[in-house]
Parts: sequence; C-alpha cells; structure tokens
Amino acid sequence: MISIVDTILDSLSFINIDINMLLLVAIILPGLVLFVLMAINVMLAVYFERKVAAFMQDRLGPMEVGIFGYKGGKKFWGGIGQIFADTVKLLTKEDIMPAKADKLLMLISPFIIVTGALLTFIGIPFSKGLIVSDFNIGILYIIAMSSVGVIGVILAGWSSNNKWSLYGAMRSAAQIISYEIPIGLTLLLIVIVCGSLQVSEIVLWQSENRWFIFHSPFAFIAFFIYFISVVAETNRTPFDIPEAESELVAGWMTEFSGFKWSIFFMSEYANMLIVSIVASIVFLGGWLSPFKIIHLSFIPETWYLLDGFYWGIFWLMLKAIILIFVMMWFRWTFPRLRVDQLMYVCWKVFIPFSLANLFLITIWELIF
Amino acid sequence: MFKVIDKSIINTDEMVLNMGPQHPSTHGVLRLKIITDGEIVNKVEPIIGYLHRCFEKHCENLPYEQIVPFTDRCDYLASMHMSHAYSMTVEKLLDIKLPERVEYIRVIVSELQRIASHLIAVGAFGLDVGAITPFTWTLRDRERILDLFELLCGARLLYNYVWPGGVSHDLPVKFIERTYEFLDYFLPQIDEYNQLLTTNKIFIERSADVGVLPLDVGINFGVTGPSLRASGTNFDLRKDEPYSVYDKFDFNIPVGEGLMGSVGDCWDRYYVRVLEMKESVKIVRQALDSLPKGDVHEVLPKKIRPNKGEVYSRYESARGDVGFYIRSDGKNIPTRVKMRSPAYCNLSVLNEISSGWMISDIIAILGSLDIVLGEIDR
Repeated sequence: MISIVDTILDSLSFINIDINMLLLVAIILPGLVLFVLMAINVMLAVYFERKVAAFMQDRLGPMEVGIFGYKGGKKFWGGIGQIFADTVKLLTKEDIMPAKADKLLMLISPFIIVTGALLTFIGIPFSKGLIVSDFNIGILYIIAMSSVGVIGVILAGWSSNNKWSLYGAMRSAAQIISYEIPIGLTLLLIVIVCGSLQVSEIVLWQSENRWFIFHSPFAFIAFFIYFISVVAETNRTPFDIPEAESELVAGWMTEFSGFKWSIFFMSEYANMLIVSIVASIVFLGGWLSPFKIIHLSFIPETWYLLDGFYWGIFWLMLKAIILIFVMMWFRWTFPRLRVDQLMYVCWKVFIPFSLANLFLITIWELIF
Repeated sequence: MFKVIDKSIINTDEMVLNMGPQHPSTHGVLRLKIITDGEIVNKVEPIIGYLHRCFEKHCENLPYEQIVPFTDRCDYLASMHMSHAYSMTVEKLLDIKLPERVEYIRVIVSELQRIASHLIAVGAFGLDVGAITPFTWTLRDRERILDLFELLCGARLLYNYVWPGGVSHDLPVKFIERTYEFLDYFLPQIDEYNQLLTTNKIFIERSADVGVLPLDVGINFGVTGPSLRASGTNFDLRKDEPYSVYDKFDFNIPVGEGLMGSVGDCWDRYYVRVLEMKESVKIVRQALDSLPKGDVHEVLPKKIRPNKGEVYSRYESARGDVGFYIRSDGKNIPTRVKMRSPAYCNLSVLNEISSGWMISDIIAILGSLDIVLGEIDR
C-alpha cells in the first residue's frame, strides 16, 4: 500500500471499465473525503480553540449548548453542541456584498484560497501509506500549493473595495511571500540530509536514524525557524497583522460574510493542520512512535512500541495537535507585531540564520 | 503589443483613511480622519461629537441635586470621580464643611474607582496592541470592585453615590472586610499583569519609544493626569492642591522614567497607570485603617439654593484634571455649568505625537492616552 490513489486503482482493477473513468473515481473519491475531513477539522478546531482561549482567560468557554441530555436543567458535554450551532449559523447567514464591490472576484477568491489548502492535502500523509498521492517531489509540492492562497487573499482584499481590506491584503501578500523563504530554506535543509523530496522517504530516513529535530544543532534551530515562520504564514498571532482586529477591523475579510467567510475560516484552520502535520513529518518523526528511543531488552518490542498503521495515525495527529495547541497558546498570550517589525524578523533574522544553517548542515554532513 | 504607460496618469496621492466611528479600537465613537502615505500616517484629525448628549445644557434646567446622575454619565468608567468633582464644586459654592467620615468614604470609593478605571485602561491598551488575554484578566479583577460598589449603592456602573453635602448611603455591613479582602487579592495580580504583558518583549517593541510626548508639548496642549505624568512631571492635584483629605495619606506619585525607551512613550503612559493602581491600594488601605465614625447625612442639605456667585474647582480623576465651573444666580438651578474634560485635552495632542508613525501605532498611542468618549463629547 503506497498511496490511496494506488490502492483504489488496484482494488477497482477487476471492474472492466475505461482507465480514464477509473482515474476519475480515484481522484474524486479522496477529494470528497478530504473536503469532509476539512469541514470536521474546522468545527473541532474552533471548539478546541474556544476552550483553550477560555482556559487561558480564566473563564469556561462554550458551556450552554448541548446535544443530548439537555432537558431537566442538565448541561451535557461542556457545550459541544456549540459546534453545530456555529456551523448552522454561519451557513444560513445572509451573504452581503458591497454595492461597489467586484462581484466576480469576490465570489471566486474564497474558493481560490480553499482550493490551495485542499490541494496541499494531496501531498500530506496521515499515516504510513495513508496519503492521496506520494509523489517524489512531495515537499516541493506542499510548499508550492500552500502559497496559492495568497492570490485569493489579494483578490479578496482588492475586490471588496474597502480600504481596510486593501491594507489587509497588501500586508498579507507581503507577509506570506516573505515567510515562504525561511520555510523553504529550512525544509531544504532536511532534503539535503535525507536526499529525497518524497514524504515517505523522509520518514523512512528518520525511522532508520533518528528524528530530524535531534539530528544536529542546525536541524534543531531549523525546527524553531520553521515553526515560527509557519505561524506567520498562517496569519496567527503574534503575526496576525493582515487581519489585526484592533487595527484593520478584520483585514482582508472585512466585507465577507456567511458561507464565504466560513470558507476562509475553513482554509485558515486547514492551513494550521497542514503546517503542523508537515512540521511533525519533517522534524518530529511523522507517524513513528516516540517510544522507539527506549530500548528494553526484557520486554518484547511490540508491547510498548505501539507502532503500525493505526497507531501511526494516532501519533501523527497527537504531534500535530500539540503543535496546534502551541499556536493557540501563542495567540492567547502575545501581543501583535507591527508590520515593519514583522518584516525585520523575516528578512534580517530568519533568512540569514536559515542560510547559515543550510551552509553549516552541509559541512556537518560532510564530516559525520 | 504593450503600451507605454503615461506617467502623468499615475496618481501617487496621499490616501484619506476614515477610522471610526464604528471601529473596534477607537474606544467608543471617535472618528479619526487619517491621512496616510502607505502605512505611514501624515496627519490625524480626530472628529468628535458622536456621543454628544447636551450635558451642559441639561444642567441649566435641572436642580443641583438632579445633576449628579448626569455627571456619572460623563466619564462612565470613573463615575465616582465625576460626581465627586461636581459635588466638591457645589459644596464650595455652598461653603459646607463635610464630616470626616464622608471625606474618608469618598476617598475610598474614588481610589477604588481609580483602580477600576486604570484596569480598563491597562487591559484595553493590551487589546489595542493585540493581546487579548490581559483584557479579560483585568476585567475579571475590575468585576470585584464593581461587586463592592454594588454592595455599596446597588449600581455597578453609574452610581449616583456621591452627593453634594455627603454620600447617599453609609458603608454597608461587611464592606470594610470585603475591601480588605480585595486589596489582599489585588496586589499580587498586578505582578501577574506585569509578567503577562508589561515585560513581554513584543509588547515593549510595540510601545517603547512610540508616540513620545515631550513634557513641554504636553503642558502646552493641556494634557493632564497619567498621560502627562508619564512625560516626567509629578503634577497631581492630590498632592499639589490637596482636596478632600488627601493630605492625610502617605502615597507617591508615579512618574514616567523611560525604563524601556524614552520618557513619555506609550510604554511609560501604560506603566504609570500600573504603578498608580499600587498607590491607590495604599491609599485605600490607609483610609480603611483610620476610618472615623459619624453620620454621613449630617450636613446633607435638604434643598440646595446657593447665593449668587461663581466657583471653579479641580479634581484629579483617572484621566486627569477635571474642572467644574458653576455660576449661580441664587436660584435652585445653576445658570451655567462648564466641565473641563481631561480626555478632551489629552486627545487634542494626538496629531502632534502621532504623525510619522504607522497605523498600528496610532491605535497604540490612542489607547495609551486612555480617552473616554462620554467625557469628551459630554
């Protein structure tokens, strides 16, 4: 089992139909599954974020809306029904467009953004073999696709015909394009070490040797550069200047409402999941069990290792969720940087450091 | 193929950006006309009047007692200060000597109110630079002060507690114990705010050296209160022209020292407020320790009918120097009431200190001046 598309093609090969039809099925099926997964992801992530925020701010968060056992004054499951209440509210809201807005661009810009996020998932694995298509250029593809969204952001900001949106879009474009450079350079460092752009190869290297974060001091630094840069690329605090609610109202999504706004939201949380999964795959051993470092000769390895396909999903998701939690922790702790300080951090700190890192890791590789 | 662009049709004008009156961080319904060059701000023009409620005109048609609730609504974050300032002026006009207990109770509620108001200022400044959690923390602690005031007079925001000639109720049972409890609880919280926000590197980057208000500019524009003290002077009416019983207490006037940047920057204006909360805790504790006994309604006039004359008095509110001018023609209705609003003068300096900074900094500077639109527009 190499990838989902291959699996589907193999299992459907006994049906005697045209190969193009077969390919179509193999493409549409994972796409639908991914879309549903993303919808579930945003619902759960928003609930998680609200609870995390409430925890940090000394309050309870959503507590009132329950699904079962609500009657009789008994609240159930800590307001988990809020997820559905939020979803229904967003989807049934009136879709307002400003009179002077560019209607067509305003309509397509949310879909460009969400398409970028969903296309990235083709190269994102959830466990060993649980990947839509395991290309040999996986990492490059992920970097390329995650920068598609910025086109949608610029279109959204321009088409709204609102000065705040324009500011937000310009800031966002500058920010995302700048922060792509340190992200690319840190990922390149890993590619140099393991000699492959393929996602499964990178994890294989880590299972044979060790996690990349423990590979060398440079890889350790690279992890932090990568993580801070992706926080900036997903527009999260302290780098949320494109939507800075105290300055730009809501930045480039000021004029969007209802379904289109919920699509923005979906892609934002999808992007968070993407960058966390990529960070776990590239630096934290992907679907490998963290217990692999323990060597106990008197207990059989299978008892404590907890490795395998299903455990792989668990470990990868656990690592990703921890990283997502850290991002939320940032958001509810830090103030926001100013736009020039943000650019300073990128161009004068991260890029020189990651270039030096890249140079030093090659020397490290030559010596060891 | 491709056209040569005519350079003369490309406009590189300044952009006029309208911020407010509906904007998350203009602290109410302030409208700012910002002339920008990209992100850089060239000129800021505050446009006020969206919350104008004809306070001064109302006063000309109401008996002296009935003006007190209107003063509460001027600075709704520091209602006690407003009614205290007004009551002081009327007492000066009537020439009443108040019982000690009334003065002590007034000092206690004023200083508690100062803490509550500064909590909002500190939290909202955090919110303006993008930190959301400090705001909820400061509101959580302000809630305890509002609980005390609710115990005191039943209201949580607009109290109508300080009356000309006294206060509406004596201190209720358990008020003193609960205030002591609050003070014990509150002092460690200030250190927690400092850990979360004040000493945060990003916060310092955002606020230090930003929007520096030189002392001479501040004095020329009539800036008062914590915003002026952050520029390096210890002008405080509680010390310089002690009213009520402030001369009996031992407290310091925090002054901006430029710990993180230069004297008079946003960080200083923020930090002076944090320090003032500590001083207010000291004052409340001293006042509670030496609270005299007595009747709070002893000299409360049944009907206020001052002699012909005019009077002006000054009061140090949470935002600065509040002045009330009252002219009486010998009737039970004042002929003219004029209020000097500290936030109005503080806001006037905005253009002076914010040109050349970025849009994000305008928000921070505005937040650090701590304006209340109810008081500016009146």
